[in-house]
Amino acid sequence: MKKLSARRRHPLAAVVVLLLALAATGGLYAAFAPADKAQADTTSQSLAIEEGKKIYSVGCASCHGVGGQGSSDGPSLVGVGAAAVDFQVGTGRMPAQQPGAQVPKKKVIYSQKEIDQLAAYVASLGAGPAQPTSEQYSPDGADIARGGDLFRTNCTQCHNFTGEGGALTHGKSAPNLDGVDPKHIYEAMQTGPQNMPSFPDTTMPEQQKKDLIAYIQAVNGADSPSPGGLNLGGLGPVSEGLFGWIFGLGACIAVAIWVAAHTAKAKKS
Amino acid sequence: MSSQEIPEEENLPSAQEPGHGGAVERADDPFADPGLPAHQPRIQDIDERAAKRSERVVAFLFLLSMLATVAFIASFVAFPVDKIVYIWPLGHISILNFSLGVTLGVALFCIGAGAVHWARTLMSDVEMTDERHPIAATPEVKAKVLADFAAGASESGFGRRKLIRNTMFGALAFVPLSGVVLLRDLGPLPEKKLRSTLWAKGKQLINMNTLEPLRPEDVVVGSLTFAMPEGLEEDSEEFQVEIAKAALMIVRIQPDDIKDKRELDWSHQGIVAFSKICTHVGCPISLYEQQTHHVLCPCHQSTFDLSDGARVLFGPAGHALPQLRIGVNGEGNLEALGDFEEPVGPAFWERG
Ligand code: FES
Repeated sequence: MKKLSARRRHPLAAVVVLLLALAATGGLYAAFAPADKAQADTTSQSLAIEEGKKIYSVGCASCHGVGGQGSSDGPSLVGVGAAAVDFQVGTGRMPAQQPGAQVPKKKVIYSQKEIDQLAAYVASLGAGPAQPTSEQYSPDGADIARGGDLFRTNCTQCHNFTGEGGALTHGKSAPNLDGVDPKHIYEAMQTGPQNMPSFPDTTMPEQQKKDLIAYIQAVNGADSPSPGGLNLGGLGPVSEGLFGWIFGLGACIAVAIWVAAHTAKAKKS
Repeated sequence: MSSQEIPEEENLPSAQEPGHGGAVERADDPFADPGLPAHQPRIQDIDERAAKRSERVVAFLFLLSMLATVAFIASFVAFPVDKIVYIWPLGHISILNFSLGVTLGVALFCIGAGAVHWARTLMSDVEMTDERHPIAATPEVKAKVLADFAAGASESGFGRRKLIRNTMFGALAFVPLSGVVLLRDLGPLPEKKLRSTLWAKGKQLINMNTLEPLRPEDVVVGSLTFAMPEGLEEDSEEFQVEIAKAALMIVRIQPDDIKDKRELDWSHQGIVAFSKICTHVGCPISLYEQQTHHVLCPCHQSTFDLSDGARVLFGPAGHALPQLRIGVNGEGNLEALGDFEEPVGPAFWERG
């Protein structure tokens, strides 16, 4: 210490002090700047929540309650998470038109931005699954065969072996997965909309969801091949048998009648 | 021409040409059998050129069939099995399937069409009559047969030599038993196999997706998970036999919502494990509706209520789905506390 204070009148002392001061300011700035940015994020977040709350009170509060606590007409939304909102509103299921066995898919009435704001508001009511990123659900790098295995174990019982959908009890049904956005498939698995059970990451890890989505796209996409042609809804032997009996046999009978009805005589009678 | 304008006599049978089959007997009987109409020749019967043309058509059809068969063989050789092409209106379809189907269809159709055309235009089409006669034998023949039979019976001593007769009956009755014994070869008797599964006390529940032991915190309310017993390998020889009995469906229900006392006791904090095998005829069932807790069987629509001891709500199933009693072991994993109390799956005769 003595050594240091002895040199305080050294000609370079001012330079050293200046350098130290600069470093301190820079360091302080570096320490505080990201905090500022985070501040900006939270404000835009709380803005989205504010906006979402407005949309919510107009479109959703009548059934789900003013604070999302639920009512006799709709379940509580506390803890359902942003993913559930994005699925239900993004596929047009919500807002529901009328009560019934099941709320069907309809035209989407909110923009994606409004849906995100709504999701932000609902997510602020209680922690729940967040919206997945495109990396999580895009089928790139997925194992389609493994996806097929998983699909047959977990999904086929309701959605049919190529995702064509099927009937459930009392007017409910599992929808056809044809043309469903991979993001919505992912969210459905994660949140279990309506009567569908959920398949959380704890029992079906992220990579497996990706494999499943890749499989669905491979067998039920816009241009997935149907090697036999004319798959008749992909429902299996029942519809195929019915088609064979009615149209195959019908055509045979029609030809037989046509042949018999046309005389080969020279003089037509 | 309306019917009024036809002169009266033209409608009477006498005015019609007598056909091949029989002549008109009484001209004044309006209900007399008119017989067959006169044979009308076909153009091929009259015109040799038309007949030649028909011959060529038939031969052409048969030739086409041959070509189609050659094309069938050629496409079998030429097209790879996995080549997909777009064909309107069928969509994306395997070219191999498509060409095999079309060529074989043409080959068969042309044989049929050629045969029909041949029969209709070239083979004789003159109407023919075959009279029917009674088919009974004459009284003399009948009497002779009966006499022969009686003579044979008395000569063989069938009625007198009772020992021979009875042993013959015995021999005839025993022979079919050999066939019945062969049925035993259908497989070993099931013995106790239907009564127990691989589940036993201390066996961990393995998640069928991840193949890792399930932990209670993995299973959230509203989720559906499938589990198999620890130690069962998917590629082992007996996997199918064992999983067909041991397959398990895991759901979590709020303990307050569980109506059945025993079900609650056998659960772990609301996590319940039920057999996935329908008690009707054993289809795997897992159409679980998480809000109603109903499970539907896709085969004959039996519906079970998982929040009430898996009682049958609807359908042909005879009894509730068996529940597996579960708990948590020292490592915090879910484990079975024993085997199912009752046989899983459909009822069988000696089930008791
Ligand atoms: S097998 Fe389930 S209802 Fe028949």
